[in-house]
Amino acid sequence: MIAEWEDIIIQTLCRFLIPFMQTYSLYVLVHGHSSPGGGFQGGCIMAACFILLVIAYDLNVAKRRFKEKINVIFCSLGVFIYAGTGWACLLLGGKFVDYGKLSLILPTDPIKARYYGMASIETGVEIAVMAIMISIFWDLVTAGKHEEAFKEEEDVGTNR
Amino acid sequence: MIKKAISIIIAIFAAAALLEGVRAFPKWADPYQPASLHVSPRYIEKTVEETAVPNMVTSVLADYRGYDTMFETSVIFTAGISVMMLLRRRPK
Repeated sequence: MIAEWEDIIIQTLCRFLIPFMQTYSLYVLVHGHSSPGGGFQGGCIMAACFILLVIAYDLNVAKRRFKEKINVIFCSLGVFIYAGTGWACLLLGGKFVDYGKLSLILPTDPIKARYYGMASIETGVEIAVMAIMISIFWDLVTAGKHEEAFKEEEDVGTNR
Repeated sequence: MIKKAISIIIAIFAAAALLEGVRAFPKWADPYQPASLHVSPRYIEKTVEETAVPNMVTSVLADYRGYDTMFETSVIFTAGISVMMLLRRRPK
């Protein structure tokens, strides 16, 4: 269990920093087509701001913002978006990740459809990397007992 | 003690074998090395007209090698699931 750590300077700084980090993460994601970046890097930045929230506040504060069950769903959702884009190309008559075929459902020409197909899979990678980094961090930092830790903290909170 | 000596000797021989292999490498930044002649020119010339992406790295990562990247994501997914399975305890 993470110790209670109350520091007004760090907490206020994190309140200001985290929205900028999340915006920067989305910038890295959508700008990955024309500059260094992409799903993996953006996902790590997005996970870093949740880790910063845990470090500055508490595990329970972070969990109240982003529920454990939703996080597990996001883990699979990212990989599903990637594989689903591949399968959509397959069902539209192309090869597995041949994004040019997406022009049949997107209002663009095949070359621009490849661009949007890549944007789609990068989004999937971002979601998967973010959720899994957060999940691994939560498991490691509490030795896997975070559900119990969460309950204990809730009891303490009601007694206080 | 003897085990340590044997492992040091094996390490030296392995390093020698690897360094011998280095001599067969192409020269540094040689434009006619095999790696630069096979598929790189096609990526460099055709990326923008085939994929409309100005960044070559992204087009190789996500389009030409999209299958590879999908399984990189799957590897991360597997790592997350493995950590969950190994470390997570159910509350009783």
